[in-house]
Amino acid sequence: MSSGGAAARVTDLVKTYGTGAAEVRALDGVTLDIEAGVFTAIMGPSGSGKSTLMHCCAALDTPTSGEVRIGDQQLGSLGDKALTRLRRDQIGFVFQSFNLVPTLTAEENILLPLSIARRKPDQEWYDGVLDAVAIRDRLGHRPNQLSGGQQQRVAVARALASRPAIVFADEPTGNLDSQSGAEVLGLLRRTVDEFGQTIVMVTHDPVAAAHTDRIVFLGDGRVVGEMREPTRERVLEQMAALDAHRAADLAPTPAG
Amino acid sequence: MLHAAWRSLLGRKVRLVMSTFAIVLGVAFVVGTLIFTDTLNRSFVAIFDNSVGDVVVQPTRVTSNVDVATTVQLRGSLVDDIAQLDGVRRADGKVVAAGVFVVGKNNKVIGGQGPPGFAFNDNDAPAAHGIRPLQVVDGRQPHGPDEVAMDVKTAVRAGYVLGDKVRIVSATKRALLTPTLVGLADFPDGGTLNGATATIWDTRTAQRLFLEGRDGFNTIWVTADDGVSQQELRDKVASVLPADARAMTGDKAADVAASRLLEAIRFITIFLLVFAGIALVVGSFLIINTFSILVAQRSRELALLRALGASRRQVSRSVLFEAFVVGAVGSTIGVGLGVLLAVAIRYVFGRFGLDLSGTAFVFAPRTFLAAYAIGIVVTLVAAYLPARRSARIAPVAALRDDVAMPESSMRLRFAVGMLMCLAAAAMMVVGLTLDVPKKGYWVGGGILAALLGVAVASPVLAKPFLLLAAAGYRAVFGSVGRLAGQNSLRNPRRTAATASALMIGMALVATMSIAGASAKASVDDSIAKNFVGDLVISNLIGQGFSPSVGDRAERAPGVESVVRTRFAQASVGGRREFLGGVDPAHFGAVMRLRTTGGGLADVDDGACLMNEDYAKEHGYDRGDLVAWQMPKGNQALRVVGTYEGNGAVFATCVTNLATFSAAGFQAQDNAAFVTVKPGVDVTFVEAAINEQIAALPTVTVKNQREYAAEQREPIDRLVLMIYALLGMAIVIALLGVVNTLALSVIERTREIGLLRAIGLSRAQLRRMIGLESIVIAVLGALLGVAMGVIFGVALMSSLRDEGLTVTRIPTVSLTAFVLSAAIVGVVTAVLPARRAARLDVLTAIATE
Repeated sequence: MSSGGAAARVTDLVKTYGTGAAEVRALDGVTLDIEAGVFTAIMGPSGSGKSTLMHCCAALDTPTSGEVRIGDQQLGSLGDKALTRLRRDQIGFVFQSFNLVPTLTAEENILLPLSIARRKPDQEWYDGVLDAVAIRDRLGHRPNQLSGGQQQRVAVARALASRPAIVFADEPTGNLDSQSGAEVLGLLRRTVDEFGQTIVMVTHDPVAAAHTDRIVFLGDGRVVGEMREPTRERVLEQMAALDAHRAADLAPTPAG
Repeated sequence: MLHAAWRSLLGRKVRLVMSTFAIVLGVAFVVGTLIFTDTLNRSFVAIFDNSVGDVVVQPTRVTSNVDVATTVQLRGSLVDDIAQLDGVRRADGKVVAAGVFVVGKNNKVIGGQGPPGFAFNDNDAPAAHGIRPLQVVDGRQPHGPDEVAMDVKTAVRAGYVLGDKVRIVSATKRALLTPTLVGLADFPDGGTLNGATATIWDTRTAQRLFLEGRDGFNTIWVTADDGVSQQELRDKVASVLPADARAMTGDKAADVAASRLLEAIRFITIFLLVFAGIALVVGSFLIINTFSILVAQRSRELALLRALGASRRQVSRSVLFEAFVVGAVGSTIGVGLGVLLAVAIRYVFGRFGLDLSGTAFVFAPRTFLAAYAIGIVVTLVAAYLPARRSARIAPVAALRDDVAMPESSMRLRFAVGMLMCLAAAAMMVVGLTLDVPKKGYWVGGGILAALLGVAVASPVLAKPFLLLAAAGYRAVFGSVGRLAGQNSLRNPRRTAATASALMIGMALVATMSIAGASAKASVDDSIAKNFVGDLVISNLIGQGFSPSVGDRAERAPGVESVVRTRFAQASVGGRREFLGGVDPAHFGAVMRLRTTGGGLADVDDGACLMNEDYAKEHGYDRGDLVAWQMPKGNQALRVVGTYEGNGAVFATCVTNLATFSAAGFQAQDNAAFVTVKPGVDVTFVEAAINEQIAALPTVTVKNQREYAAEQREPIDRLVLMIYALLGMAIVIALLGVVNTLALSVIERTREIGLLRAIGLSRAQLRRMIGLESIVIAVLGALLGVAMGVIFGVALMSSLRDEGLTVTRIPTVSLTAFVLSAAIVGVVTAVLPARRAARLDVLTAIATE
């Protein structure tokens, strides 16, 4: 997979909750390309719509209007079965709270999406993934016998095992100490560099975001900025600027 | 603290619905049973109150006014002697005969085989306390041999109206009567026959038909003048009675007459309550399980309460408070459902001929007290263990991520369970083999202890099965199978407890199926071994029939001989025993009787063969005398030998027909065995006899095979009835499976969300939960069938002396039970699986 092409494309995406006066526009016309082979972060303050955007991209949620395309698949036209298959075959997930199946061993967890699909793992790829996540000696353990960092690495391996087109990571370091968090981020980074994996990570942590290639900033359901080759300092600067801008925007509105 | 418990209850009401339902069903069973049997009781008490005068006079030897199949009566002139006494307003002679049945227009006996058919003479004597008893209220009184009246309900059921020629079958000399219906009778002051039938004849006709023409009466009702009490009247009447008659106050006579039936009703009550108890035991499993799961799910919240300063007692009490509310709500609904159930039970008994529609339901206060006491106590007891465990949650658990519930050690559980099984085995051995009082309690207690012991040990016992199932699932269903198998193993306590509830019902069903199959096989065996005649004329319940039936059979072409047997009840040593009467010269030709000591040939007048078991139990030997209290007086029969009882001949003593008749029993046959002339086709003779007795639907003629089938039928019916009663326990257990699955779906919401997110389809998810359900159901069925086989074999081996010689294990039925459990497993999974499949992936993942 070479970088540059779009692994996913979002066009005019709108997502509203509630109706009438109670209507909340979580996404308010987002247009965005997720470039293949690129580690993309989606950042923004709470309520900016970043999680909603990810859920819509990952076929977990259906938008109110607009279009999501994964590869050349238009999601809007797909039913539950097709969406399930798409998630199974094209998408990998990493959650903040690991979400491993407690009854299965680490290895069984990693292979679960494949075995649900009744597919055999690509042995070379699988070995590469296991090497990358460095948990070979823990494969026979159950999740409750693993540390948080180990569990999250298992979760990353699970997301990668089926060679998905895109891996979505939702605050993957949110429940980890900084040391384990750094390990997981390094792992994600390496999979982009070494395997050309496309990863989209939602985060509000500038340190985590600094590991990525590109950051898309969201505010009030819109794309409000973008940054390439980010560093922690630039991210902080940008966020401060956005906050100021937002404060200025909000100031004249009496209702606040 | 209670407030918090209350809130948590409201927040979880859906999850408590199933355990409430378990209580509802158990309580409803109790309430339904009590209402029904109270009503039954009242209706029969009312019947017997209607069946006595202020004072009744009876032959001394006749124990009650329904015991009328004797040739002992009061002389007719006694009525006039009594009527002339001071303080007597009137005295009326009553003729009462049983075994007189109305045949409907469709040639069916009204009431079928069950409720008695009475015949009375017509008179308007008031019953005790001035109540007007059954009397002609429509049309006119019957006069002469060709007129009859009958009770309204019977006429309606038979399809007869006034003026119709009706068909009546009598067990006395004239088997078939065809008088004209001229009157309809009813109870002007309210009353009911509970499905029995009554025909009314003028006194002379009644005497001619039922008392062989003697001028006598079965009983005399004496009505008191105003101001004369029953007791005073009785004393007056008693002073003029001959030695062979006695007087009783009406109240006492009603009690005496009712006592035997009330005993039978008590038996029905206990019988039904046993099943209610089983349902409640199974229900308590469901409650234990539900509360355990709820406490586990809430452990963090409970730990938080502890961290905030709640004491252990407060925590466990809040759980018990929830249980109390569940019990109270369940009892309330159960009472309502119980009333409906009483209606249903009344309907079922109505189908067997017991018509209670004439009596209003009896709602005794103790029914409702019992309902609430049982409902609440059972819930509290069942919730006690989870409540105690909840108190052991450490406050620090509130701060931890994954809270492990404190659990008792598996090894301890296994040991306790096995100890209970040992105790159970000991109790069953005592109850089944030793001569102890209240055997039923020993056996029942043993069965209960064994079931509970296995339930306690089941997490360990079930482990091999669960591992096997998990391996099988993995091999057949791939990753979905592996997930399902692992889920069953995740909490073996829960899986096993849920399965145990099902085990209880299944064990009893399996026991019953073995008992039923064995009993039927024993009947077949006994008939094949002992019945050497060609045909038998009889009816299912051994109801006596007219000797003219045998006479008709004798006239049928191809018949070589007809051998009649009779039996009746009389007292020996204060207990009612059966006395049989046979023709010793010919009986051996139709029935093989194994005798020791003397044989049939030795049975002459005053001699008898005694049932082996009875002789052994009561220490009789050849040559001993047995003192029988016969209708005509005490008579000592000489024991000339013993015989091995079988399904067709089981009386305590068997004597010859002359001795039997001389004792004062009416000439009624209970079975007539037919031998066919050599070379004549049995089928042909059967058809010929059938033609002779076609007008008498109270009896049928059948060959060996048909006879066996007829004898098997009531066993089938009883087994089916018990299946139906156990069905309640099984339904509750299945609700338990639904409940456990539903609660574990709730518990695993996040996990299910994750599985869906990474690509598990809805169908796969449903399959996974279905497979989990099948594991539980099949485990329960397997444990149950295994226990049932043990119980069944133990039971049958102890009944070998009672004539149930064959033990048969119906492998086909037992296999079918297990297979249907798998199917039921699929069904119980439907709702929980649908709920799981409907979970929104996003919210599920976000669930804490």
